[in-house]
Amino acid sequence: MIFNLRLVSAAAALCLSAFAAHAADSVTGAGASFPAPIYSKWAEAYNKATGNQINYQSVGSGAGIKQIKEKTVDFGASDMPLKDEDLTAAGLVQFPTVIGGVVPVIHVEGVKPGQLKLTGSVLADIYLGKITKWNDAAITSLNPGVKLPDAVITPVHRADGSGTSFIFTNYLSKVNADWKAKIGEGTAVNWPSNGIAGKGNEGVAQSVTRAPNTIGYVEYAYAKQSKMDYVSLKNAAGNFVQPDDLTFQAAAAGADWNKSFYQVLTEQAGKDAWPISGATFILMHTTQDKPAQATAALKFFDWAYANGDKAANELDYVALPDGLKALIHTKWAGIKDASGKTVAAK
Amino acid sequence: MAATLPAEQTLPRAKDDGSPPKRRLNAPWGDTLFSFLAHAAAWLTLAILAGIIGSLIYGASPAIKEFGLGFLWHSEWDPVQDHYGGLAMIYGTVATSFIALLIAVPVSFGIALFLTEMSPAWLKRPLGVAIELLAAVPSIVYGMWGLMVFGPILATWVQAPLQSAFGNVPVLGTLFSGPPVGMGILCAGIILAIMIIPFIAAVMRDVFEVTPPMLKESAYGLGATTWEVVYKVVLPFTKTGVVGGIMLGLGRALGETMAVTFVIGNQSQLSQLSLFQAANSITSVLANEFAEAGDGLHRAALMYLALVLFVITFIVLSFAKVLLMRLKRGEGART
Repeated sequence: MIFNLRLVSAAAALCLSAFAAHAADSVTGAGASFPAPIYSKWAEAYNKATGNQINYQSVGSGAGIKQIKEKTVDFGASDMPLKDEDLTAAGLVQFPTVIGGVVPVIHVEGVKPGQLKLTGSVLADIYLGKITKWNDAAITSLNPGVKLPDAVITPVHRADGSGTSFIFTNYLSKVNADWKAKIGEGTAVNWPSNGIAGKGNEGVAQSVTRAPNTIGYVEYAYAKQSKMDYVSLKNAAGNFVQPDDLTFQAAAAGADWNKSFYQVLTEQAGKDAWPISGATFILMHTTQDKPAQATAALKFFDWAYANGDKAANELDYVALPDGLKALIHTKWAGIKDASGKTVAAK
Repeated sequence: MAATLPAEQTLPRAKDDGSPPKRRLNAPWGDTLFSFLAHAAAWLTLAILAGIIGSLIYGASPAIKEFGLGFLWHSEWDPVQDHYGGLAMIYGTVATSFIALLIAVPVSFGIALFLTEMSPAWLKRPLGVAIELLAAVPSIVYGMWGLMVFGPILATWVQAPLQSAFGNVPVLGTLFSGPPVGMGILCAGIILAIMIIPFIAAVMRDVFEVTPPMLKESAYGLGATTWEVVYKVVLPFTKTGVVGGIMLGLGRALGETMAVTFVIGNQSQLSQLSLFQAANSITSVLANEFAEAGDGLHRAALMYLALVLFVITFIVLSFAKVLLMRLKRGEGART
């Protein structure tokens, strides 16, 4: 069934982009599902404001990267940034649009949201199956005064390949050497066999809310909207922080965007930074066969950076800091048509 | 009335000796065209089948080159190291389908038996329709129901008591171990059973109904019980259809995707063979990972798995055909 959907959406993307060649102001993009709600909200508002059409298909980051490489869409979207050398090899440029965070959520009787404190290393040990019970000394020593049951922990992870899993495993690899050696990072990894998996954020959330003594990880927006019991984490600066807009923003501010846009915002140095933050990215070709399409796409993102912050906050995403937005505009100068002329509108 | 008579008389009639009238050849190309279309439809089916096999082999070729047949008996599935083996998923697919058949065949047999032999006449039709309606429920609905309703029930009322009763018994303890969430091989098997029961039951009922009443009545007349009639008259008469119905159900169970993805737990592992341990089937891993698998070995390995599923289905169907041929030959020898 999923198979068919992918095929249909790929076919639809093809048709749309073929169609778009005639109607210059209809732009097509495809990719990550995490930012899909905000992209469609922006597209709707943009259409109202300017009359221009933006079509975004939420097909997954992997499919988004594939489609932009095959030039079936005008822009691709991915939760996992591409390394600079991969970008150069594929002739692509990437820039972030919004920031989000991944939040560990738990279901333990008697523990209130944000009450349980964990470090990244302990979190990794739980997922590795080294810490098997909630009243393990490694957890209780971080949480004096919190009553934890003598129950087996069931870790829940994402079954489908996902940018959320990438950010989460990237974080665990940074803070736990054993995790890095045995499991590593990626949109899908070889998970230790002590847990279960759910499909999508809702699948993980469902398993965690239904089954007692579980721990899982979901997008912040999802945890907030379904009122799940989140965990507070110790960041690189040694402070225990709660997940919210401010701590995500602090994580984004700490990254060195000037050097490269390949930034995974995990374990950032800032004193308030939430350690499992991440940005989501747009991918475009540096040399455009259809410059009019590229101009239209960049106009849309320009409009979104200027007018879309409120919509982003309403949907529990975090808007980019102004300095970063300015930097992205300078990066756009590198997107050119066949004759070498910059496509971004002045 | 009288006006139509002359027109009728111009129609060709059978001749007095009974031979048919000469054929009307108003459109001599009509037959050719129809024959061409019919042939084309048949060949198209074969071409599509060949096309599917071809594209699967082509898509899987990098993985086939890399892992060879060893793919079939290695269970490690590690997208980070780009190392893949399909045994865990093959086991998941086969185990869930086996559990499904184990439950569905006796239940469907009971339903068909009741509907054809024991049900009061007024109940036959509503019950039959209800079973056919069950077959029309979309698979995702079964999946959601399994995840939200059935899984928790299974965890609380079946898994927890079994674990507390047999937790320390050597073999049974491992069979019932696993996280107490209800998702896993058993849950997927039961959901699959519920999904294929309508198919098997409907086919069984239909073939039971075509048993000539004379045979049954004779058996009853000789003093046979209902069970004896079914076991010694109806079943031997309909075994081809019964096996066909079971194979139809098995085919559906092997290929079912959405419902299984919801309830199997999606964990590619073979280290614990518990009934309650989360596992993965070929279809569920395809549904989960295909979209995010980039080019390269990951995608090729998924294609390889799809090819394996194709081969498994093919083997099951050929086995069924051979079985049916054997049964038919046996029939000929006995009479």
